[in-house]
Amino acid sequence: MVRFRDPQIEMAHGAGGKASRRLVEGLFAPLLFPGSVEPLSDAAHLKVNGTPVAFTTDSFVVKPLRFPGGSIGELAVNGTMNDLAVSGAKGCAMVVTFILEEGLPTSVLAAEVRAMSEALRRAGVTMCGGDTKVVERGKADGMYITTAGIGSSLPGVKIDARSVRPGDKILLSGPIGDHGITILLARGDLDLEADLCSDTRSVLPLVEALVAECGPGVRWMRDPTRGGVATSLNELARDCGLGIELLEEEIPVRDAVRGACELLGLDPLHIANEGQFLAVVSQDYADMALNALQQTDGGEEARIIGQVHEEPANAVLVTTRYGGSRIVDMLVGDPLPRIC
Amino acid sequence: MCLAIPGKIVELVAGQNRVGTVEVTGVRRKVQLGLLEDDMPQVGDWVLIHVGFAMSKISEQDAMEQMRLLRALGETEQAMEEVRGYGLEDDVGHEGLLQ
Amino acid sequence: MRYVDEFRDPELITKASEEIRRLADPARHYRIMEVCGGHTHAIYRFGLKDILPLNIELIHGPGCPVCVLPMGRIDDGLAIAEDPNIIFAAFGDMMRVPGAHGSPFEHKARGTDVRIVYSPADALELAKKYPEREVIFFAIGFETTAPSTALTLMSAKAQGIRNFSIFCNHVTIVPAIRAILDSPDMRLDGFIGPGHVSTVIGCRPYEWIARNEGKPVVTSGFEPLDLLQSIVMLLRQLHAGEARVENQYKRVVPWEGNRAALKVMAEVFELRPYFEWRGLGFISQSALRIRDKYATWDAEQRYAVPETRVADPKSAQCGEVLKGVLKPAQCKLFGKECTPEHPIGALMVSSEGSCAAYYNYEYRKSLVTRIASVA
Repeated sequence: MVRFRDPQIEMAHGAGGKASRRLVEGLFAPLLFPGSVEPLSDAAHLKVNGTPVAFTTDSFVVKPLRFPGGSIGELAVNGTMNDLAVSGAKGCAMVVTFILEEGLPTSVLAAEVRAMSEALRRAGVTMCGGDTKVVERGKADGMYITTAGIGSSLPGVKIDARSVRPGDKILLSGPIGDHGITILLARGDLDLEADLCSDTRSVLPLVEALVAECGPGVRWMRDPTRGGVATSLNELARDCGLGIELLEEEIPVRDAVRGACELLGLDPLHIANEGQFLAVVSQDYADMALNALQQTDGGEEARIIGQVHEEPANAVLVTTRYGGSRIVDMLVGDPLPRIC
Repeated sequence: MCLAIPGKIVELVAGQNRVGTVEVTGVRRKVQLGLLEDDMPQVGDWVLIHVGFAMSKISEQDAMEQMRLLRALGETEQAMEEVRGYGLEDDVGHEGLLQ
Repeated sequence: MRYVDEFRDPELITKASEEIRRLADPARHYRIMEVCGGHTHAIYRFGLKDILPLNIELIHGPGCPVCVLPMGRIDDGLAIAEDPNIIFAAFGDMMRVPGAHGSPFEHKARGTDVRIVYSPADALELAKKYPEREVIFFAIGFETTAPSTALTLMSAKAQGIRNFSIFCNHVTIVPAIRAILDSPDMRLDGFIGPGHVSTVIGCRPYEWIARNEGKPVVTSGFEPLDLLQSIVMLLRQLHAGEARVENQYKRVVPWEGNRAALKVMAEVFELRPYFEWRGLGFISQSALRIRDKYATWDAEQRYAVPETRVADPKSAQCGEVLKGVLKPAQCKLFGKECTPEHPIGALMVSSEGSCAAYYNYEYRKSLVTRIASVA
């Protein structure tokens, strides 16, 4: 059991990488869900008096609140729905908490609530409750939003990292890095401009299409948010004890994301996404799965990006067409621009 | 120290001394051109960018020549000869960087 | 991406690696050092070791400016920045480098105003944006980066911006190479020469390596085809018994260097009599400091600098790894006490550091038996 020894909390602990994992496994898990043997996942599947429900929570802290392609309100709705979707559930209701900063203009708040309302309508989910708190000026970056979502399991699919086998294929629903790079650019600190926008959307329609065609073959899914594809797949590798090989040239990345990453020395595999998901599908269903995604609105750029192997156990390897390879690991904290 | 990326000058910022805008597959950034004052780049030129400064103009000719040599690798005696002599300059020199 | 994708062409890479296999004498073991940390990073990132024959050994050199920075310097910079009125600006590379009292990020968590900048010019913009604050830019880098710092200082002076200063840790590459060659443990056949440093200083400063030490030097670009072509050029020289400086990175490196860049460096900087390099000890005439005429913008003259000297923990073998005497995995702390999550030395933090590169990109590959060799 990992014990959490860091003397103070730093930004890295919220970045979704190794530091986050240390905090969750070393402090939260031993005290809040002791004795649990299941791998951590995006949503919990429970039985409430015999009725199976899927249950999840999420929090949204983003600066700036509005950015090309979306805003914090939309992220809140889509992110919650996506956590449920990739756990194999269809969200039906949400609750929301607003932590608002004193001095936040009402117009800003109203815009977010409108954005949420629209996102709820598009996702077909009901907001059925909430709570509000206000904190002093300087304490909430405008606003923080937390949500909880509840839903019912999609029939015919069971998500479990332990069911992954060598030979299974890794599918990705579309290009990566759009959201994280959009946010980085929107902050304005790096003085970069690009025609990019966040990919925030509900992935439920794609998941439903996948499960309808290939349910029995779907072993595992995840939405690669903070920490990116690298983090999600490293978590999978650890949870199933196998190795994952990705083919570099199959990984879809938009030109502008690639350019920004090259300029800043970042790897698109570590950048957050808000509208994509990964799926591990058994070999016999893989082509059908890809087809199902590509035939669905919004899934046209889906790809098979890799495969599960015995080795390198617990690790993710990216290989190139010319035979070179490198390990891709989780980062400690947020990806940092570099000059060296 | 070493991360430097090729980008195309798409704009020279008017009024500002030796500043331009460079583009790298659709990403645009302000770039300082002061280090190239001996041979200022024009719009359309490609430069090597490091920490927001243009370090060098990229020679398309040299790049194409290099690609040609790479494609010819191992193919003919003549190609081998060329690779041997590639980049050879006079070797009268001095060390030291700052006097 | 232009001038990038062409040099990552998989077919040409395969061809180049076949040529290397053809050229490499199976009876010889070649030891080639890539000086520059950026080359180390590129070698790992592109998996080039997978496509080189086993008898070509690439040894990582000390050209990583973060790695060679003695721990005391970061402590000095952060000590000055504890003043709440000061903004400490540095490149992202510095943020997790451990000082004796924590890294810049750890200081940030305790209240120091630490900001990441992509360019020294952005640090100057911060000073303009916050006229009531004082901005210190923690400058690092070899000659690639020094001219940009210099130009920024000149700009600050020209614009009369007084709430800006530089804590200068620029170092020069040639003394580092000399230290390697002077090291009795080092046997090398040739060098992959610095790529971007050479855009500033040109290729002449390496001629003594060829002439006096009899080792070929090929200044190289950073794309896979650049590095492979440089290795081809080195092998050809070695087989012909030659030792010359060659410029593989012609599209960007001028043989004579960048006169304008050298000029601004000379205007702003002078050589320190000596400077302490992590792992290499005190080296004379190896680092830059700001000239008196720019004293107003020199953080070391404006603020009281504690001049902290911190030794690496005795068990850490950063110096030997830096010099290429040890491979990262041979350091007793590698992968145990020293990992990217809790780095002991800068070689594990800097993305160019050989320990970090090896740990992040290569370490667990040893289990993989299925990567097919190319030729």
